[in-house]
This record gives sequence, C-alpha cells and structure tokens, in this order.
Amino acid sequence: MGTLASVLEASGIATVALSLIRQQVETTRPPRALHCEFPLGRPLGRPEDPAFQTSVLDAAFALLDEPEGPVLVDFPEEITDDSDAPLVCTIPPADTGDLHPAEAEARGLLPAWKRSTEAYGRSTVGKVVAAEEVPAVVGLFARIADGEDWQEVGLPGDPTKAAADVRNFYEEAALSLTEAVPGARQAETWFVGHTAAGDVIQRARVAMKEQGAGFYFWYYLLPATQHHDPGDR
Amino acid sequence: MGDKLIRSELADLEGYAFDEVPWTTPGPLTESRVAVVTTAGLRAEGQPDWNPGDQSFTVLPRDRNDLVLSHYSPNFDRTGWIVDPNVVLPIDRLDEMAAEGVIGSVADTHISFMGAQIDYTLETIRLDTGPAAARVLLDDGVDVVLLTPV
Repeated sequence: MGTLASVLEASGIATVALSLIRQQVETTRPPRALHCEFPLGRPLGRPEDPAFQTSVLDAAFALLDEPEGPVLVDFPEEITDDSDAPLVCTIPPADTGDLHPAEAEARGLLPAWKRSTEAYGRSTVGKVVAAEEVPAVVGLFARIADGEDWQEVGLPGDPTKAAADVRNFYEEAALSLTEAVPGARQAETWFVGHTAAGDVIQRARVAMKEQGAGFYFWYYLLPATQHHDPGDR
Repeated sequence: MGDKLIRSELADLEGYAFDEVPWTTPGPLTESRVAVVTTAGLRAEGQPDWNPGDQSFTVLPRDRNDLVLSHYSPNFDRTGWIVDPNVVLPIDRLDEMAAEGVIGSVADTHISFMGAQIDYTLETIRLDTGPAAARVLLDDGVDVVLLTPV
C-alpha cells in the first residue's frame, strides 16, 4: 500500500496512508503514513465508534500540514485483537438425519446467518457458493478430513475460497448469536476451535497437506494464526 | 495474539520504495476533495472475485451495501467490516467532516485494490493500474486520498 500511495502522489494527489504493519511502511516509505496498531482488518480501529474513527481521521489529515516527507507517525492508542477470547455462542440444534454432524450444524446456522445478513445488509459469503450451499460444502470438507482425495470430492472451485465461504458464513451467523459487537478474531477463534465445521476444515487442511496439495491450497484454508497440526497440541 | 503472530511473520517482508519519495503539496484541507483508496479487495456485488496476484483496481459504487470484501487472504478479521463498513471505508465519517467544513467535499469515486501482493515490486500497479486509478480520481477532481489497508 505504501508503494501505491507513492504512485498516486507522483500523479499529483496528496496522500495519507493508514498503516497496520509498521515494517511495511518503513520499507515502502509512502509520503505520509499514520501507523495504527489496530487489529488487522480494522484500520479505523473500532466498528460502531464514530468518535474514535473520526479521531483517527483527524490524526491522519493532520499529516497534510507537514512541509516535507516521508512522514511516519504513530497513532497514540493501540487496540489488540481478541483471538484469545473466543465468542460464546449457543449453536442452534439441527436435524442431523444421515448428515455428517458438521454439515447438520451448518444447516442449523442458516436462520442465524439470514438474520445477520438482514440486520447488517451485507455478507462476505459467495466466493464460490451461496450461503444455502455452505452445509453441503462442509460435507465435502468432512470427506477430505476423513481421508478422501481432495481433488475427487467435487469441491465447487478453489478450496481456499470454499473454505472462506464456510468460515465467513459461520462468523456472520455468530453475529446473530451474541449480544455485543465481537472484538477482532473472536469469531474466528470460535469457528476454528468450537464448531464441528472448524474442526473439519482444520483436519481437511492437514489431510490436503499430507496428500501433497499445493502450498496455496492448504495454507490459505484457514488463517495462519489457527493452524494446528498433529503434534502441536 | 493472532495479529502479533501475523505481524512477526511479515516483519521481513520485502517492499518496493521509490528512490525519491514523491511529494505533492496539498491545498487547504477545508477546500480539498477527498477519496478513499483501500487495499481491502472490495468488489461490487456481481463483479468477479479477487484472486491472488491481481494488481487491478475496481471503482466502488456509492452504496456500500452493494460491496463485498473479497480479499483472498484469510489472515485478518472480517466481522468489523460486516458490522460497520466505516472501519475500512470511512465514507460516513468523511461525509460528516464535509458537513462540518473540516474537508471540502467527499469524492464520488472511491477505489479498491487488493493488498498482500505476491509480486512485491508491484510492477503492474506502478506502471499501469496505479497511474490509471490516479487518472480516474483526478477526473473526479480529487485532491487528497486516504489509503486504508486491512
């Protein structure tokens, strides 16, 4: 992003870059950068906190008064993610029938996901499948986790995108199953560590790695912060 | 804890810096037209998904309910964006600042690229898509760009 800032600046537009990874702006040296030690994914710091967001913008625009650059200033307040404090959600019961328990779990979360989507008006599900198809995709990952060849189960496209649809579906459903706005990575830790689908994708990731899948396909199946390999625990 | 691990893994990441840092002296903020350029990998509903290595950009529609955060990397939080898109794309905050006279106006045009690029030299962005995006912004009369990563 620092390089992009310089390209825009060279075209005659004054730029201010918010930074989330300090080493990156130290290396790429954009003209003006405000480093924000905030959770990755939240460059304005706090969702639903207009006063805080405005204070970040005020600090950023203040850099436009500097006579020369590069300028790199640290925002005075830090915010850490809450990955060590997973959400506490009661997962709705689901009719399991003959389904894999993880697939049934995902089916049971569909109403919660719909409530979230209606409440917030947006979703990140849909890279390769719609929300209604997520439970079936979970079933495919369960087959990989249980030893089937990842290339043979019929995943609907790039496995990392299918896994992203599953994770995002769960995290969005969780927003309807909790009271407060979650801290960063709370939903992620809940999904990976406290749901049957998270366990399935973790095991599928390990299985794909062992089957010799390309690095990209197994590495990006889950956040790097959530990789647990056999022997880790 | 999670971000700490990611930040430490990215500590030695290579990056491209210009030999001379470019510099445009801005006019008064109260008269400046401001746009946001994010590297969050946003796209409008119906547009193709972002893929790793894609150094193109997309012009964002005004209605953010039509936007999808489609960055390929799983290594950051998405729930903040779902709950409040201003945490990535602070258009409501900019509208307030324009109404209060802190900034001149908010651009009609905002743009998304995607960060975490595999080619750290960003050759396509430097030589093609970056200047092309700048032209789109200049055509909208943009004076100041706020860049937001994820």
